Amino acid sequence: MEHTSAFSLPNSGHNRDAEASKMGMWLFLFTELLLFGGLFIVYMVYRSLNPESFLLASFELDVAMGTFNTIVLLVSSMTIAMSITAIQTGDAKKSIFLLYTTLGLAIVFLIVKYFEWSAKIHHGLFPGFEVYDGLPPGESLFFFLYFFMTGLHALHIIIGGIIISVVIYRTKKGLVTKEKYTLTENAGLYWHLVDLIWIYLFPLFYLIH
Amino acid sequence: MTSTALNLNYLQAKKGIFSWIFSVDHKRIGLLYLYSLITFFLVGATLGVLMRLELLNPGKDLFEAQTYNQIFTMHGVIMIFLFIIPSIPAVFGNFFLPIMLGTDDVSFPRLNLLSWWIYIIGAIMALSTLLFGDGPADTGWTFYVPYSVKTGTNVTMSVLAAFVLGFSSILTGLNFIVTIHRLKTPGMTFLKMPLFAWALYATSWIQLLATPVIGITLLMIVAERVFGVGLFDPSIGGDPILYQHLFWIYSHPAVYIMALPAFGIISELLPTFSNRTIFGYKAIAFSSLAIAFVGYFVWGHHMFTSGMSGLARIIYSIMTFLVAIPTAIKVFNWVATLYKGSIDVQPPLLYGLGFIFQFMIGGLSGLVLGALATDIHLHDTYFVVGHFHYVMFGGTGFAFFGALHYWYPKIWGRMYNKLVANIAFFILFIGFNLLYFPMMIAGLMGMPRRYYDYLPEFHLPNMISTYGSWVLAIGLLLMLGNLIAGFRRKHEKIARNPWGTGITLEWQTLSPPPVANFDRMPVLPKDGPYDYDHKPEIKE
Ligand code: HEM
Ligand SMILES: [Cu+2]
Repeated sequence: MEHTSAFSLPNSGHNRDAEASKMGMWLFLFTELLLFGGLFIVYMVYRSLNPESFLLASFELDVAMGTFNTIVLLVSSMTIAMSITAIQTGDAKKSIFLLYTTLGLAIVFLIVKYFEWSAKIHHGLFPGFEVYDGLPPGESLFFFLYFFMTGLHALHIIIGGIIISVVIYRTKKGLVTKEKYTLTENAGLYWHLVDLIWIYLFPLFYLIH
Repeated sequence: MTSTALNLNYLQAKKGIFSWIFSVDHKRIGLLYLYSLITFFLVGATLGVLMRLELLNPGKDLFEAQTYNQIFTMHGVIMIFLFIIPSIPAVFGNFFLPIMLGTDDVSFPRLNLLSWWIYIIGAIMALSTLLFGDGPADTGWTFYVPYSVKTGTNVTMSVLAAFVLGFSSILTGLNFIVTIHRLKTPGMTFLKMPLFAWALYATSWIQLLATPVIGITLLMIVAERVFGVGLFDPSIGGDPILYQHLFWIYSHPAVYIMALPAFGIISELLPTFSNRTIFGYKAIAFSSLAIAFVGYFVWGHHMFTSGMSGLARIIYSIMTFLVAIPTAIKVFNWVATLYKGSIDVQPPLLYGLGFIFQFMIGGLSGLVLGALATDIHLHDTYFVVGHFHYVMFGGTGFAFFGALHYWYPKIWGRMYNKLVANIAFFILFIGFNLLYFPMMIAGLMGMPRRYYDYLPEFHLPNMISTYGSWVLAIGLLLMLGNLIAGFRRKHEKIARNPWGTGITLEWQTLSPPPVANFDRMPVLPKDGPYDYDHKPEIKE
């Protein structure tokens, strides 16, 4: 073979490309929205078919706990946004602190969710329990969708928590810096999405009366 | 990297199985997909031939009804989720998109490897139903409720497999979109991109926007089976029609995930083998987007007989007819490309022409099904089975084989026996049409699909169809055997541009390409990717 000189292309997939990773994240968030979108359609259809039972069932949910969790998530969205600003100005310590705060808030959210869920299950409002199985179809659908959608959302909170932990770890290692903070930004984007979905879930299940 | 490593091509650079299954090189990942896809295709095809054997004569011959139901479900699941949806993008998209854009990899090489692993895990899950649980699903690949939540077979696992495979598809699509936006070689704009890249771009958007919906729908089936809640089962308050809507919101656009990449292949084959520019570059590029877009609003045509308002049916029918317009635009442009070209009939072109012929039959029979009056008669008959095999197999499948013959010398730096390749094509072509055309006739006569038995009056078309499946099987074996034998053939070193008339960037690099794809800066033709008047000269 006659080619001995090293040649490399200017536009390489192995170059660091912050634009590309952010674009990838946005596209991924689209797919997440559509995933929940399918569930929102199902919710809408069944709500319009069983308006009364959905209404009755929704009174069972604890608006206070829901509101509390909404505030928790909104604040966490703010803290993660602030941690991005912090790393942009090169303040890794502050960024890490704010990420820990976000993580803490995520855990608070999950704990509240745990109490909400266990209260429902305690009252037998879960598939397989007597009370649930005795409900009229509309109400049981409401509760099932409640568990399914908030459950899937909680799963996203957990994944988000893991991502944030990775960001904390890498920031501590000095791998996320003032020049190179796409990871924090992407974690922030993801976290905002998780927050956004909750902003839709909350009124749909707790507030529409 | 040492200078010797630089001289090695991507096949030689590293050795050993781990250097393949953990490779982040898009070329190797493309081949990983190729070998896995072909394996699953052969399994699926065997099941198809077995079904045809059962249907050779009326009455029960080989299988119980239940076994037959499981076979056609497994056949459908394998062919759809493991073969045709990933097919062209995962194999040739992975291998050639970066090279055609003049770059050295996709934007997220590790994500790319992950998507192959997810694919393999999904495949194992789908096939595991053969061994574990209460037997493979017997619902058909559509998993229609309420039967799918009631049957004792292992629907849960099949459905989870489809869910996992969807992830793989999403990741590939996401990767391609970002790659196309970010990694085109300097000077290449969107309108100077090869049409294959355009086709992949439109496909990737569909993968991204449609797949999550089926994902969640399938999860709902699992939830319903596990918790026994009435999401879709009407006897406990669910709505089975809602399932059909959600299913087809994905699965209709999914047929464009299968078809658009094939259009892209044809748009590459025709200029090369007519030695002239493509006719109507923009029309072909934008009609892909138009198809992708309109394709979102036609899913209801699968449900004309499921209970839908008259108005909705008319709208879905009209929209379905609209899709035919951008599709026909493509066909006319392809034919116009051939017109006055200096046509060189090589094996890949034969597959391209076979595609156009068969896809046209598939497409036109689709209009018959999209028309309300005729669909009432033809819904769920063998006409549908004939129709979708013409589109998916006669269309996309043939384009896949065409691509395999077209890029074979580039991928492996070898050449197959062209005469045998031509013979194999004709056997395949005859076998294919013998196999599926009679199915359409049986359907017109009223033979329903998904039964292991039929009335004696349908005997003749079924007999011909089964004979056709044997001819087709011989053709397939000959084709694959010839390709495999090509690896061992002794011949001169393969040139950079073995067809002589290839114009896209992959023909400017070595065959097979070096690890980093190019050994020197690729040169773009002056006026767009198919500018044969200013074709850059390629020195060996
Ligand atoms: C050797 C080649 C093949 C043969 C002999 C074959 C044969 C058949 C037959 C006889 C059926 C109808 C079963 C019934 O309704 O009773 C069927 C169904 C089907 N085939 Fe094929 N086929 C072949 C290749 C393919 C390919 C390449 C694809 C896709 C790319 C495909 C996709 C399907 C699908 C989706 C179904 C519907 C399954 C269902 O009803 O759930 N087939 N095939
Ligand atoms: Cu359709």
